[in-house]
Amino acid sequence: MKVFLFLPVVLPILAAGVSTASLGWVWLQRVIGLAVLTVSLVSALAILITVEADGPQSVQAGDWPAPFGITIVADLFAAIMLVVSVAMLLAVLVYAIGQKTDTTSRVFHPVYLLLAAGVSLAFLTGDLFNLFVSFEVMLIASYVLITLGGNREQVRSGMTYIVINLIASALFVTAIAFVYAATGTVNMADLVGKLDTIPGGLATALGLLLLVVFGIKAAIFPLFFWLPDSYPTAPSPITAVFAGLLTKVGVYAIIRSQTLLFPHDGPDPLLLAIAALTMLVGVLGAIAQNDIKRILSFHIVSQIGYMILGLAFFTIAGLAGAILYIVHHIIVKTSLFLVGGMVEETENTGALSRLGGLTRRAPLLAVLFLIPALSLAGVPPFSGFVAKLSIAQAGFAVDSYFVVGVSLLVGLLTLYSMTKIWNGAFWGTPPDDAPEKPAPTPALMAAATGAVVAMSLAVALFAGPLYDLTEQAARELADPGVYVGAVLR
Amino acid sequence: MILVLALTIGALFSLGTYLVLQRNLTRVIIGLALLTHGANLLLLGVGGKAGEPPVSGIDPSTMSDPLPQAMVLTAIVISFSVTMFLLALAYRSWTLNRSDEVEDDVEDRRIAREPVRDAEDRL
Repeated sequence: MKVFLFLPVVLPILAAGVSTASLGWVWLQRVIGLAVLTVSLVSALAILITVEADGPQSVQAGDWPAPFGITIVADLFAAIMLVVSVAMLLAVLVYAIGQKTDTTSRVFHPVYLLLAAGVSLAFLTGDLFNLFVSFEVMLIASYVLITLGGNREQVRSGMTYIVINLIASALFVTAIAFVYAATGTVNMADLVGKLDTIPGGLATALGLLLLVVFGIKAAIFPLFFWLPDSYPTAPSPITAVFAGLLTKVGVYAIIRSQTLLFPHDGPDPLLLAIAALTMLVGVLGAIAQNDIKRILSFHIVSQIGYMILGLAFFTIAGLAGAILYIVHHIIVKTSLFLVGGMVEETENTGALSRLGGLTRRAPLLAVLFLIPALSLAGVPPFSGFVAKLSIAQAGFAVDSYFVVGVSLLVGLLTLYSMTKIWNGAFWGTPPDDAPEKPAPTPALMAAATGAVVAMSLAVALFAGPLYDLTEQAARELADPGVYVGAVLR
Repeated sequence: MILVLALTIGALFSLGTYLVLQRNLTRVIIGLALLTHGANLLLLGVGGKAGEPPVSGIDPSTMSDPLPQAMVLTAIVISFSVTMFLLALAYRSWTLNRSDEVEDDVEDRRIAREPVRDAEDRL
């Protein structure tokens, strides 16, 4: 039995219940959270190893045969995403415990575990409706986390966030209804064959509707405006986990639906245009900002463009580059937000005008920031360089010189806005009203951030084997038959 | 799908869209409720004609399609709970601000202040 496929989903949900029942005992909630996420990580690794060796695995809930029951399916792409995401969730939980974010509200731990379950289910689900359910589990948890403090700014930005996501959810239900009306199934493997039998125009319309729905979650141009406004107000560990994971679940859904259900031959002009505009608008927005978290939030948007770019080529090299980019991005973005949170913790502000001289005041922070910042901009030899190089090479292979040129320009602008943070916060003189000594950072926060930064270095160091792995995943994505065979048998 | 159902879905979607575009939080929330109702009804409607209950011992060709009903029940529960959360948040917003308006975001407020500052500089 492949029961362990269920573990990363079921365990956190059960543990969330136990965690709720242990209200008041924060230490017990911490132990439960850490233990469960560790077990999830181990089972995610087990899934990755199995899938890498034996191809996509699937299991039917309640033994209902495939197109009718609930299907859980893991191919290599899903397994890679699962491992990276659960590792980030665990690291951020350690950070949150170090920062004592979890003592602000008793619901932090249960809700955080539900978020983990929702993210895992989104990667492992095999049908569209279950994808909707996993989005909702993840989003409802995120609604609670983003408004955890209940202060004025959080309520305001949380409201925008919830309203926009609710509209996206309503559109998703609509899209599912249309898909069901047209084909009579919502199982993704079953849809592969059935979408060929309906008129081409109808299939295109369904594909576009789903692209809009997932595009809102992934924050692609022109549907990104909610993100830079809502993310920065949440507590830093929560922003870090949102920045690293939530939009990437949207990107995962876009890649999954576009490759499996609506495949193209050769580059897709629409996706290429979306990718270029997402990259450009995001980075230009970042340049105009003056707060660390707001700058980094605009960069999320810009980086999403690269992932869509890798997908838009519709070649194995492009997809492999996109998957590598997602892995790099999740790790680097999470670490940057964690460092941003540590800066706020030591200096009580994230505004660049009120920071300065951190290289001398907190040298450890400077190192922890510099590595992921250079990596984000794509400076060799860090992970961002490897990821960008693989996408650029894939672009040259299909003669998309213009878009690749745009992506390189965006890399330069990214470097510019990273130097802006570096100049504002780390170099220069501290502001006059700064306290003599910066407040000490809890060791757990530094350890968690250090671990994530080390992971980003490992991505660069083991780029070769990792690229082989993502290439194998891309081959599976490019051949829907493998996925269909694993589910329907 | 019968005409009345199709018209109801259309009306719910259009009213919902109109209300979501308003500036009052209460109207936005009611609009969202209408939008999700419309989407749920649509999902129910695509199941085809109503038939016999899908239990064993009945000719399968006369049964209702149970799948959209199962899905729409899940969707209703989700939209119901999220609307509750949104109402609680709107109440929180009311206690903090004493106003029911959707506020501008940080960037909009910053830009709105700019012309005033320019005018002062020129004096």
